[in-house]
Amino acid sequence: MITYALIFALGCYGLALLFNLYRVVRSPGVTDRILALDTMAINAIALIVCFGIWEGSAMFFEASILYAMVGFVSTVAYAKFLLRGDLIE
Amino acid sequence: MELFWEILVSALLVIGGFFGLVGSFGMVKLPDSMTRLHAPTKTTTLGVGCCLIASMLWFGIFEGALSLHELMISLFLFLTAPLTAHFLSKAILLRDIPRSDLPPPTDGDWAVYTPLSDTAAHELEEAVEIQELRKERARLRRQHEDDWEGELDGERPEP
Repeated sequence: MITYALIFALGCYGLALLFNLYRVVRSPGVTDRILALDTMAINAIALIVCFGIWEGSAMFFEASILYAMVGFVSTVAYAKFLLRGDLIE
Repeated sequence: MELFWEILVSALLVIGGFFGLVGSFGMVKLPDSMTRLHAPTKTTTLGVGCCLIASMLWFGIFEGALSLHELMISLFLFLTAPLTAHFLSKAILLRDIPRSDLPPPTDGDWAVYTPLSDTAAHELEEAVEIQELRKERARLRRQHEDDWEGELDGERPEP
């Protein structure tokens, strides 16, 4: 039963990543692109975690932690650049 | 008992996947920037939280190795998702919405349009003052040179 649930979750997150990719490519403004990239990072974390269950390996958590940190820092840096035109004042 | 945990993990995975899909679909479907902002920042956090709890339960019960990394990731995500949403909403406020459309705040001004701190405001004022002083000095020098234009090859005094 877990196998089917995992297949469902992996399919859902794959589709969600495709939606995000569409929003990155065709988007009305820069802020929407940043939001789409941030959501892509979060969805990728979920995908990595589900893949970790699939493989039965606890090694994938480090990858997801790194993804979470890098995604957050890059989003904040980009938004701050839009707000101030500068990163370190 | 095994069956109960299996059902619980499967349900968490299905709920997580569904919420992730709904959040990302909302970002494609919703009409303007602010509504698009609210779809993924809430629902994907819930979806990822469900997936992480499912993973923690699975590793704790079926693999016999309870790891608390997932709790750390979900805590990190719960802390950072509102921050990114706040930054992005400020960026949208500054870039996409004209200042005349914003409702007037009760006191002060919108935070987007005010300097970051008192020192920043002070530095800004000082920069403007220095620029004006420079302009004034350049004007005086030009006037001085114009005054000495008609003289013959006399020594020009320093301004």
